[in-house]
Amino acid sequence: MATIPESPVNDPMLDPITGENLVIAPGHTFKSVTEEVSRIVLTGHTPLGWYFGFALAGSIVIMLLTAISWLFLKGVGIWGLDIPVAWGFAIINFVWWIGIGHAGTLISAFLLLFKQQWRNSINRFAEAMTIFAVICAALFPLIHVGRPWLGYWLIPYPSTMNVWPNFRSPLLWDVFAVSTYGIISVVFWYIGMVPDMGTMRDRCKSKVGQYFYGLLSVGWRGSVRHWMRYESACLLLAGLATPLVLSVHSVISFDFAVAILPGWHTAIFPPYFVAGAIYSGFAMVITLAVPIRKWYHLEDLITLRHLDNMGKVMLATGLIIAYGYAMDVFMAWFSASRFEFFMIWNRMFGPIGWAYWVLITCNIVLPQLLWLRKFRTNPTLLFLISLVINTGMWFERFVIIVVSLTRDYLPSSWGTYKATRWDYMTLGGTLGLFTALFFLFVRFLPMIPMSELRVLLPQSKIRRKAEPLEAGD
Amino acid sequence: MPVQEGIYGLLAEFNTPEELVVAAKAAHDSGWRRLDCYTPYCLEEAAEAIGFHRNFVPLVCLVGGLMGLTAMFLMETWVAVFAYPLNVAGRPLFSWPAFVVPAYEWTILWAGLSAGFGMLALCGLPSLYHPLFNAPNFRDGATTDKFFLCLEASDPKFSILESRAFLENFQPTSVVEVEY
Repeated sequence: MATIPESPVNDPMLDPITGENLVIAPGHTFKSVTEEVSRIVLTGHTPLGWYFGFALAGSIVIMLLTAISWLFLKGVGIWGLDIPVAWGFAIINFVWWIGIGHAGTLISAFLLLFKQQWRNSINRFAEAMTIFAVICAALFPLIHVGRPWLGYWLIPYPSTMNVWPNFRSPLLWDVFAVSTYGIISVVFWYIGMVPDMGTMRDRCKSKVGQYFYGLLSVGWRGSVRHWMRYESACLLLAGLATPLVLSVHSVISFDFAVAILPGWHTAIFPPYFVAGAIYSGFAMVITLAVPIRKWYHLEDLITLRHLDNMGKVMLATGLIIAYGYAMDVFMAWFSASRFEFFMIWNRMFGPIGWAYWVLITCNIVLPQLLWLRKFRTNPTLLFLISLVINTGMWFERFVIIVVSLTRDYLPSSWGTYKATRWDYMTLGGTLGLFTALFFLFVRFLPMIPMSELRVLLPQSKIRRKAEPLEAGD
Repeated sequence: MPVQEGIYGLLAEFNTPEELVVAAKAAHDSGWRRLDCYTPYCLEEAAEAIGFHRNFVPLVCLVGGLMGLTAMFLMETWVAVFAYPLNVAGRPLFSWPAFVVPAYEWTILWAGLSAGFGMLALCGLPSLYHPLFNAPNFRDGATTDKFFLCLEASDPKFSILESRAFLENFQPTSVVEVEY
């Protein structure tokens, strides 16, 4: 880890003992943190920038709807799909989006189990990011099936045709993994929000808002008996979501690893996919957190400590990815298989070889800057690195899926791939959908869990000797 | 069951968690059983003070998870072996290792749904109305920054004057009567 500076003189945001950045700015009270978070939602005055941003994202969603409508009219032929590359942008985007979602679950579940309290201020919007990313991800397989109105055939149900799905197929495992992931993420997110909904209900001035938050709060009143059950439920959900998140991306990697295609058929895929998912997900959390803390002046609650820690997680997972890439190359040689060897050669120097070098630059070379504390604690630089990593992770899926498919065992069946404008419109459109959903989220729901922020304050701890200390007010 | 008219209980408001825990502990020690604390965040010491040590959310979660596991595994077996036997490259029909993945996902799905909604059910939520919301100071503080102790009228020890005097001992900011 980085060296700790010896003299953090007079900077109130640094812990006097450790020299680390504080998780929450000093001087806050229960009331002030509550107000800081709830004012963003309860203000009657929506900032102009919000309207502008939402309108922009909304118009991109219209582009997505256009692309999907045309797809439904004409079929998947409007995309760049062909034989041999029958899995193109749709599956790349699916894997990319679902990977992004994983960091949200990791922050809300994994770090909760490890009692990493710094995650308290970022877990709500990381979890929201998960849900919106899963929505974007789930869209792709559904529109990719060709006849989306028959998408329900994926679900086992007693039909008059007497046909049942094949439970031995990883593609069906995917249906259960992703749907479970989506549902559990929503439940975890909502259950975590119930106490805050109570706060919103009690602080909201408008009648409509009181009904809205009142219904969502299910009558939460903060009884300690309820709190204890609530804590148990949250811990259990965290304990369940952690193996879930690992299984989801493992199952997705089985879609590839179970096939015999060179470049897909490797045992390293599950761990390497999971690490990649966390890597890109943390990058997306930073992409969202940096502008949000700036626009809504939340520097007190999302401090440099959070950015620093997330930078460290990215560095660690990035190195796991680097190991994965190195193993790909090593195994291509070590397997003594001509086809494996050719696959790596084609990946590096074939017609689409540039994509491999883009991914190496974005995922391995540039993120090494995160070793420097300066890059982890400078929001702008970190934001730029997070964009680079997100791009790199998209290219990783592109290389795995498209480049492997273009040239398999039989040279006579080789082909190439060129995405069409509809591919780009759908990819860009989901970015718009994600952004639009996020705009709605920050406007109507408390994006930082107030009840968990209160726990971070020193006055929340019981002092044995009843020393006087100004709490609340 | 508590009566549905008259007084629900006496509600004392405190500024700090320490004061609340002291008062709650004293009340529980002197025999109060129908009492509750209301706090803006999870204050485990208060739950300990009123003798609430364990809850059944983990059990509900376990049962839900086992049900999900069994249901999915049995369905997969039934589908693959009896309802729609499909010969895939000569592999056995009962290819259980492949069934583990969906069964695992459903274990998590049903355990998670049971934990989340089971928790709400055990708490008696949703209940959009509660007499405490009638107290003038409750909604201002309980979900923001104040700590409340409520002695409920259904407790045999309850008496408006004595209970109020008991609560006043701990110097609360206020003690109010809560009506249904």
